[in-house]
Amino acid sequence: MELTTPKPSIFRRISTALHNHPGLFLLLLLALPLGWMLLVYIGSLIGLLIQSFFYLDGFTGQVVRQFTLRTYGDLFTRPHMEIFGRTVAMAASVTVGAALMAFPLAYYTVRYTSRRLRAILYLLILLPLWSSYIIRVYSWKLILAKEGIVSWFVGQLGLTAVLDWVLRLPVIGGPSLSISSLGLFLVFLYIWLPYMILPIMASLERVSKSLGEASGDLGARPSTTFRYVTLPLAFPGVVAGSIFTFSLTLGDYIIPSVIGDSSPFIGMTVYSYQGTSGNIPLAAAFTVLPITIMAIYLLVARRLGAFEAL
Amino acid sequence: MRVKSNVNRSPLGLTVTAVAVLIFLHFPFFIVMLYAFTTDETTFTFPPPGLTTRWFGVAMNRADLWPALFLSLKVAIIATAVALVLGTLAAAAVYRSRFFGREAISFLLVLPIALPGIVTGIALRSMMGLTNIPFSFWTIVIGHATFCVVVVYNNAIARFRRTGRSQLEASADLGADGFQTFRYVVLPNLATALVAGGMLAFALSFDEVIVTTFTAGQQSTLPIWIFSQLTRPRDRPVTNVVAFLVVTITAVPILLAHYMTQDARES
Repeated sequence: MELTTPKPSIFRRISTALHNHPGLFLLLLLALPLGWMLLVYIGSLIGLLIQSFFYLDGFTGQVVRQFTLRTYGDLFTRPHMEIFGRTVAMAASVTVGAALMAFPLAYYTVRYTSRRLRAILYLLILLPLWSSYIIRVYSWKLILAKEGIVSWFVGQLGLTAVLDWVLRLPVIGGPSLSISSLGLFLVFLYIWLPYMILPIMASLERVSKSLGEASGDLGARPSTTFRYVTLPLAFPGVVAGSIFTFSLTLGDYIIPSVIGDSSPFIGMTVYSYQGTSGNIPLAAAFTVLPITIMAIYLLVARRLGAFEAL
Repeated sequence: MRVKSNVNRSPLGLTVTAVAVLIFLHFPFFIVMLYAFTTDETTFTFPPPGLTTRWFGVAMNRADLWPALFLSLKVAIIATAVALVLGTLAAAAVYRSRFFGREAISFLLVLPIALPGIVTGIALRSMMGLTNIPFSFWTIVIGHATFCVVVVYNNAIARFRRTGRSQLEASADLGADGFQTFRYVVLPNLATALVAGGMLAFALSFDEVIVTTFTAGQQSTLPIWIFSQLTRPRDRPVTNVVAFLVVTITAVPILLAHYMTQDARES
């Protein structure tokens, strides 16, 4: 190329130089995004880890920047472990609930719709995912209120006694749906459900139809094909979706502070430690556990092939 | 390529379940819409005792609402701009070369939204604590930009992969230098993906609340304003109206972004 253009412009010389030094070009492309993520995000995570080894002086209210395991001693106490148990149990139930609700819709959308209907359904699944989180949470305050639509509807069906019975149950019950663990579960489920539907759809789309046909040709009934061909192949999608439903429930503090009986969850506890009591070390130590849980979760998910379904 | 077979009929149970799940996903929006017009001031009575539009006027006159809205808009615009630059660069790097740690890049970018929101929030907060950076407009922007990058990145890389390399080679064969190829081939191809990614990033930033509460200090973005209304309900009708407006307004960029990438998805 140098032969045909004796006096290349500055742009051409730069682009030729970049072409001849792909490593340099790559560095230029990566410098900003990688630098940002490492400095701001990974840096902050390391900062978090460092803070968790400091402690808050109870008398002065100041953070003492000195290596200590004291904060972790405060962390592993009974009330804190109850908070962990409650949060993890909720995250696990939400994940199972979301998988059970998401799979039929994803399966229906991928398998039994025309191209046109599929595009519409896809949009209908995407819309709640992207629309305002806080408003979606708020809408359930309206729905679950004692005088709200659920109570009204149950009343119209003449089932008020059943609802009252459910609300009298220990653990899941409460004075009204909006102040019960059951209500909290419903809201979590509603908010994170789209995150489960989309990966399942993506993995179902990759299951080739001819596999099902082959299974049918070999004499399998549709239910057998579903059980032994479709389900195992779609499972990575469920795992991929569960990363989001589990992790997002684990770290949410808005929903349990708006809905439910205000028993503390991890998020709320972290928020109040860093805010009102200024105990950033304890707040930091508190998040190390969810991070560990998620790290293990991600490793297992990777094993199960979930990352291809993301 | 494959002969398109007729669409099979779905088992009735499956159809009913799918429709029920769809209703579950969407009826809360209708409830929000309805309650913006209720005459009921103190409770959430259903069905509403009467309908009125007077709360819209009341909401317009709330002085504390507007600064929150403008702050959210400013943060979202700047965070989106930053995310556009960072996301496109990262996508270009991952698309055009193979290098050590290439797989780790997308993992790194998705981490801020895959880890619990509280982790990202407290991590940024403790970094600010360690370095004694005070809360400001920019601390909010930095947090938002960090988790918005992945949205732009995903859209851009999907488009890069679809475009293929042959067009770039053709452009070079015809004598274009790298900048010309970028200006006349890459950018036009990428444009709608970037607009779509940008709009999604905007929507993400505009209603983010968990990370923001850690990086905002005393500042109040619109979602924080709404959140404060939820925990101390002072003017329920005003909250209802704001909810109505937010749902309506955020639907626009989401729908636009969808239509801009739809052709790409169908092929």
